[in-house]
Amino acid sequence: MDIEVLKPGLSTSVQDLGRPGYYHLGIPLSGAMDRLALAAANRLVGNDEGDAALEAVFMGPELRFATDTVVAVTGAVLPPKLDGAPRPLWTSFAVKAGQVLGFDHLRAGARAYIAIAGGIDVPVVLGSRATYVLGALGGFEGRALQAGDALRLGTRRNAATPGASVPEALRPPVDGATELRVVTGLYWHRLTDEAGTRFFAETWKVAPEADRIGYRFRGGTPLAFQPRQQPFGAGSDPSNIVDSCYPYGSIQVPGGTEPIVLHRDAVSGGGYFMLGTVISADMDRIGQLQPHAQVRFVAVDMAAALAARHERSERLERIRAAIG
Amino acid sequence: MTRTSFGADEHVFVEVAEEMSLEAFFTALSVTKALRAAQIRGVAEICPANASFQVKFDPDVIAPDDMLAEIKAVQAQAAGADHTLATRIVEVPVYYNDPWTHATLMRFRERHQDPQSTDLDYAARINDFGSVDDFITAHSGAPWFVSMVGFVAGLPFLYQMVERPRQIEVPKYLRPRTDTPKLTVGHGGCFGCIYSVRGAGGYQMFGITPMPIYDPKQEISYLRNFMIFFNPGDMVKFRPVDRAEYEAIEQDVAAGRFEPRIRPVTFSLDAFRADPGATTAALLETLHGH
Repeated sequence: MDIEVLKPGLSTSVQDLGRPGYYHLGIPLSGAMDRLALAAANRLVGNDEGDAALEAVFMGPELRFATDTVVAVTGAVLPPKLDGAPRPLWTSFAVKAGQVLGFDHLRAGARAYIAIAGGIDVPVVLGSRATYVLGALGGFEGRALQAGDALRLGTRRNAATPGASVPEALRPPVDGATELRVVTGLYWHRLTDEAGTRFFAETWKVAPEADRIGYRFRGGTPLAFQPRQQPFGAGSDPSNIVDSCYPYGSIQVPGGTEPIVLHRDAVSGGGYFMLGTVISADMDRIGQLQPHAQVRFVAVDMAAALAARHERSERLERIRAAIG
Repeated sequence: MTRTSFGADEHVFVEVAEEMSLEAFFTALSVTKALRAAQIRGVAEICPANASFQVKFDPDVIAPDDMLAEIKAVQAQAAGADHTLATRIVEVPVYYNDPWTHATLMRFRERHQDPQSTDLDYAARINDFGSVDDFITAHSGAPWFVSMVGFVAGLPFLYQMVERPRQIEVPKYLRPRTDTPKLTVGHGGCFGCIYSVRGAGGYQMFGITPMPIYDPKQEISYLRNFMIFFNPGDMVKFRPVDRAEYEAIEQDVAAGRFEPRIRPVTFSLDAFRADPGATTAALLETLHGH
């Protein structure tokens, strides 16, 4: 045993970069909701970017270390404390056997990534250590951490130097005004022109029901649908379709009232129309949204989506270069 | 008829048909099989659904327009394929009108279209069956296709192999339940399903099977090789069992003695279209034969 979980926080789970290849059987990607923050945290402690770390939501855990190691915390502004003494974010620091890592209150963002040199060693299931709670799969016994859990660390492959840091300018913002860029499509044609225009004009608020499966939004006007005779098998509500696959980031609006953006633990399919999909570059940002945060959706075309994706890759590249 | 759309920069979404049909399902299944065989670089996930399919790809490896062109080329080739499927038929025991789904549906009555009735009574009535028994006879009579696996891990969507006028159709709950017992046999729209895990759900609940279909620990004898039982294209025949048999099968599963009844079959869509009754009768003969 290398780490004892004294307090689990609100919902802390083992995550890596996910489990591709099984979405056609209903097993989603899972893995870190903020993938860039996870990759950076791992880099800071000398791990591979896809090694398993802890994802803490809104509140940090309390962990007692039984071994000397190096730790880095990235993502949300959830300030770490070592035996009560503050430690910097986005910067690796040394931890001695017997010390306790805790956290201050959340200042901004929603999910912090706690990477530890060597990575969290849980069994690899279908190619990944990520936790998929709905399917009781992967991670630590297929669930979020509980007090008393004992975690093991993997073998270090590289030296980990305390003091490695990501410059502030390269850390993605986790608060302030949020615009989520959307490529319209899928079943966009089901909406009236007026409803489509209004969806992008209005300000939406993150609902309390926002988790790894999806983020729900409230506060906008209910959407109106083009009249039609429902196709056979679709169900009677105008927001129903013949059950189809759901893309990651797709925006479904059951009953036309509350949009849901599916995230890393997405349900893989179902019978609700989708009006479009959040671009891949903005998915990390969703993982840092708190309930009640205000959001606007912005329609973009494919060229803009690819440019944003390129920008995100460049940021990660600069982070790699800065860490060395 | 086919409609394509990008799901932002990582997905191509293809709607084969707006409405459900065996033909649309066959097309989605055969194109996704051909796509898998084509091994296109940059493809991450190939997901068939009831009357549509989806490909997830890495736009750093293949440009979205090129991905779409590849899919259209494969689809054009697959269009000529014969509508024959080598698959398997599986018998799934069901304890209809069981106490556990009954207790759950009573807890969520205010979310149902007909709070005075049960899901089975309601489904039998709006589908013009004389009694719940007649409804169960129809539900467990003709076999079903697994037309999609998903929503959650290992959950099969099922489409019954009968002519459209005989399809069972029910609305989903007015508001989804927050709880559904594991292994509930449900129905929404024209689709049946088996809930692989306990959780939220909006389908009407008719019964429960003692046969697990998802086991992330891979301890159940017939799920040791892979944790998910069903694949798109499998066939299911429900068999009504009473409480005593339900419990006996549960015990057999726990003891590692239960083996699902499975037979290999070949299904021809053209033969089915020509004579649905004879085609399903032949399938059931294979299932029950030696």
